[in-house]
Amino acid sequence: MIIKVLGPGCQNCKTLERVTREAVAELGVEATIEKVEDYPTIVGYGVMSTPALVVDEKVVLAGRVPRTAEVRELLASA
Amino acid sequence: MSVTAALPRSRRGLGLALGGAAALWTAAYWLNGRLWDRVLHDWAGLAPEARVTETVHFFLYDSIKIALLLVGIVFVVTVLRSYMSVERTRALLGGRREGVGNVMAAGLGVVTPFCSCSAVPAFIGFVAAGVPIGVTMSFLIASPLVNEIAVGLLLSLFGWEIAAVYVGAGLGIAIVAGWVLGRLGAERWVEPFVFQTTLGGQVVDTTAGLRFDQRVQMGVEEVGTILRKIWPYLLVGIGVGALIHGWAPEDLFTTYAGPGNAFGVLVAVLVGIPLYSNAAGIMPLVEALHDKGLPMGTLLAFMMAVVALSLPELILLRRVLKLPLLAAFVAVVGTGIVAVGYLFNALLA
Repeated sequence: MIIKVLGPGCQNCKTLERVTREAVAELGVEATIEKVEDYPTIVGYGVMSTPALVVDEKVVLAGRVPRTAEVRELLASA
Repeated sequence: MSVTAALPRSRRGLGLALGGAAALWTAAYWLNGRLWDRVLHDWAGLAPEARVTETVHFFLYDSIKIALLLVGIVFVVTVLRSYMSVERTRALLGGRREGVGNVMAAGLGVVTPFCSCSAVPAFIGFVAAGVPIGVTMSFLIASPLVNEIAVGLLLSLFGWEIAAVYVGAGLGIAIVAGWVLGRLGAERWVEPFVFQTTLGGQVVDTTAGLRFDQRVQMGVEEVGTILRKIWPYLLVGIGVGALIHGWAPEDLFTTYAGPGNAFGVLVAVLVGIPLYSNAAGIMPLVEALHDKGLPMGTLLAFMMAVVALSLPELILLRRVLKLPLLAAFVAVVGTGIVAVGYLFNALLA
């Protein structure tokens, strides 16, 4: 599973990355987590509100910081 | 179906919780208005007219009042706004011409949930969807300028007329400034990579299809996030406000920015631009300065300068806008704010 955290490096983006790492650890799945900070690439995913979460090249969440449990559900169903 | 069967029960629980929270909030607000006179005068034995008493009273009463107002405003606004999104706004603006587009963009800038940290991706996204630069700028100006927290606080502290004046003036500035920037041929000063970016894949609508309890959950989380983020600004603002309230001589501010000084608004805007705070932090200051006799137009201009033009956002926008456009942006918005200040000083006097 390839997970990307999209965001220019603001506080919300850091929080989303932390929450995602927690969710991955709780699920115990194999996943690489990358940060994407480059604007053209972020918009290339169709994302206009950061932070956003991309799982296997599919945008699953954008524009808000979810709780760990919500990310766990998103990852489990992806 | 299990989902529809579960809904009424959770709805009632949710309704009870919301009703209970509203009752608690009202009680706390009521208590705050009556508690401090008793605590300071009767229990602590401080003289009611002493400067120290007035300063401490302003600080305690205002901290709690503004914190309570913030909790209420942020919660309600977040839940309401969760029905809008930047994606929907862009779809509404796509293909609009200047003029009508500027008016729509300014209005949507007020109601769309938007964090200035998303200013750059939103700018690129709008331009890639064919929204003219001037229209995009109207959106980006209105969004921080007509700040929902500022509107809510003005409404509770100064009444609906002042809040309406603020919203009207903010929309006016965003519409005119965006239109002027568009007329200046702003495309020349946009970094070329913006025009080469294409929106890939499916556009994600971030908040469509959420259940009501999820929106309430978002509101609760946003209250926590906002309070954590702004409490230092709030305390500094209230502290300075309390000092002004208790200690500043009556004529200190009126000499430099009072009704008698023709440059008052200009001074207020020039002081406001480099000040980095937010609507909540600036409000206790506005309240204290209003008590000291500063005219409302000057104060609204001061507030707009603080919230609309901030260095961190300008640095972010520098990634997509070249310096001449950035300078024009500050100049046009600044001029608009000054004009609004003088206009309302004349009208409200």
